[in-house]
Amino acid sequence: MVAKFDLNDDSVVVIVGTGAGGGVLANELAQKGVKVVALEAGGRHLPEDYLNDEWDAFGQLSWLDARTTSGDWRVAKDFSGLPAWIVKAVGGTTIHWAGASLRFQPHEWKALTNYGRVDGANLLDWPIDADEMAPWYDQAEEKLGVTRTGNRPGLPGNNNYKVFEKGALALGYKEVHTGRMAIQTRDDGDRTPCQQTGFCFQGCKWGAKWSAAYTEIPAGEATGNLEVRDRSHVIKIEHDDSGKVTGVVYADKDGNQHLQKARLVAVAGNTIESPRLLLNSASNMFPDGLANSSGQVGRNYMRHVTGSVYAVFDKPVRMWRGTTMAGIVQDEARHDPSRGFVGGYELETLSLGLPFMAAFLDPGGWGRSFTSALDQYENMAGMWIVGEDMPQETNRITLNSEVKDQYGLPAPNVHFSDHPNDVAMRDHAYKQGIEMYKAVGATRAFPTPPYPSTHNLGTNRMSENARDGVVNKWGQTHDIPNLFISDGSQFTTGAAENPTLTIVALAIRQADHIAKELSAGNI
Amino acid sequence: MTETLSKTGMTRRELLARSVAVGATFVVGADFVAGNGAAWAMETTAVKPESMATLIQMARDIYPHDHLADHFYATAVKGYDTADSSQEIEDGIAALDAAARGKGHADYLSIGWERDRVEVLRGMEESAFFQKIRGGLVTGLYNQKEVWPLFGYEGESYSQGGYVSRGFDDINWL
Ligand SMILES: Cc1cc2nc3c(=O)[nH]c(=O)nc-3n(C[C@H](O)[C@H](O)[C@H](O)COP(=O)(O)OP(=O)(O)OC[C@H]3O[C@@H](n4cnc5c(N)ncnc54)[C@H](O)[C@@H]3O)c2cc1C
Ligand code: SF4
Repeated sequence: MVAKFDLNDDSVVVIVGTGAGGGVLANELAQKGVKVVALEAGGRHLPEDYLNDEWDAFGQLSWLDARTTSGDWRVAKDFSGLPAWIVKAVGGTTIHWAGASLRFQPHEWKALTNYGRVDGANLLDWPIDADEMAPWYDQAEEKLGVTRTGNRPGLPGNNNYKVFEKGALALGYKEVHTGRMAIQTRDDGDRTPCQQTGFCFQGCKWGAKWSAAYTEIPAGEATGNLEVRDRSHVIKIEHDDSGKVTGVVYADKDGNQHLQKARLVAVAGNTIESPRLLLNSASNMFPDGLANSSGQVGRNYMRHVTGSVYAVFDKPVRMWRGTTMAGIVQDEARHDPSRGFVGGYELETLSLGLPFMAAFLDPGGWGRSFTSALDQYENMAGMWIVGEDMPQETNRITLNSEVKDQYGLPAPNVHFSDHPNDVAMRDHAYKQGIEMYKAVGATRAFPTPPYPSTHNLGTNRMSENARDGVVNKWGQTHDIPNLFISDGSQFTTGAAENPTLTIVALAIRQADHIAKELSAGNI
Repeated sequence: MTETLSKTGMTRRELLARSVAVGATFVVGADFVAGNGAAWAMETTAVKPESMATLIQMARDIYPHDHLADHFYATAVKGYDTADSSQEIEDGIAALDAAARGKGHADYLSIGWERDRVEVLRGMEESAFFQKIRGGLVTGLYNQKEVWPLFGYEGESYSQGGYVSRGFDDINWL
């Protein structure tokens, strides 16, 4: 039943990467009868393989190929070889994601119009808006089974949420609830309901949380139109003299290289690998890399304004019990420049186990001020900040010719520095988060710096005009009609919301467009 | 206790007499480090036992948890006791002792107050040696499953059916 296509079959669509963007696109196209070869650098791992152990799970599934960092972000100092936390496996980072699934707010689709010019920021309006996206969001929420959408109830609040909620209400916040989560709550769906196991970041062993690994991929394979080749790392996209792409070169698990022909290529390797692949595919015809006539490939790298607040109480919280991120305050997500910055942020519950807490609470910290915090681990509560950061041209992915990956290709360098708007927003969020916990009697609070990026966005951005970005409103590159981008790198701006629901909605919409264009013979 | 004694063939009195440390860790033989009261013991193969004792004290001073016994710190650093790392460790400990002498102490281990040892460490905080030891401890110490319960952390929960009926929302003091 599972399809097998020939390397020389140039009627297939090739998708690079099988995460939130690529995995959904692959299944949606297969459902519509389009033949797809999905090439995935990582292996296959299903719930029975997932590990309730932070470092073991990290080692099992993370993308650990060579990467370098620069810029003034603290990650470049504390985690210089690990700019981002991304999964390398069939299903991509949807194995480790927490499931928070929020729509953009309408004004966020038009950041330049609504915020005005911001010095040093490369703001731009998306060429699409809330009305255009509404039906695709509806479909995405159904696919993911998002709580508090459709007629699905919310998750029950865990200990960490209860502390968070009490603090939020004490500060007068109104939009406080257990989140919109791609997590099964009832016994009425395909997935087992959440058992409050507390290892959402390590892969859900119950399959309660949506992940492309065990939903989209098997569903697509069942159509007979999708072949997923795992441990197949794409290293170059080929094109012909007319400038259309013709296939991709990939290395299989033994390092042997193959050329898979294609009528269309969709790149969905997440925001660091996708531009890197375009840059590494430079040719005589496209000396600056594919689809890069604007010079924007790799630029405008965004990672959300993040940070965490942990606080210690005089009694136990046991925040690690139950869903990792089912709790949200949305009141600060509005655009209200009177706070000293444009855009807004969400506050979401977050917990780390002891091993990750030791690594991320205050990277590099030591001595009693550090250890006395960990001594109170049982009495800790935690939250995460996720806010809109400013796209900046100088925050970018480039090729580092001095460091090579296992295939001898230049490693990506990830350069990032905060914009002053980012700093102002983070400081505001720290203050609010600390106030929330103080209102519940916290004896000590910690404004914890951002972790290696989990939300990676913007490096092949969508734009109305070809000179401003890399892809048009369908994710089709401005320069090459049969080359598409299908992951978070399409984001024109980041909005305040966790990105995956939007990546999924865009992929569903893109599949619809590609299928129509292929059958009309337009591509 | 008995095991340690039978291994080394020493009485407790001899053991204490030969120990060089004022802290919780004792060098008890040519290739042997033991904890206070010899509740645990560790053989060294590549690193000098005195250096290993100093390293264990350094580890505790970097991440001091008074409710963690010495053997957790010993376990966290015993990976450095290899032919590959021994020179780096010996050089690092020599530098640490030199820094201690620079502040008027006989050596690092003989400094009585943690505060004074930490002052020595602060002075070498940027060194590659300090950062290597500190960085290694983040996983070497906190990723030992045996220490988790001592912080209240419960670890793996899937095999017990998660927390859905084991207290995910049992907070009672709000
Ligand atoms: C711990 C954690 C928690 C998160 N929580 C949330 C959350 O609650 N809500 C939310 O919205 N988002 C969350 N995210 C972010 C979310 O996971 C990502 O935004 C999303 O998965 C990105 O989708 P993507 O398609 O861009 O890339 P990915 O899902 O990362 O997929 C990319 C895939 O491409 C493969 N690949 C890359 N390069 C190549 C190549 N050259 N050849 C072949 N294959 C390649 C990779 O191996 C990977 O499988 C979280 C992330 C992490 C790490
Ligand atoms: S808390 Fe729920 S969703 Fe998260 S891993 Fe456990 S069962 Fe899955």
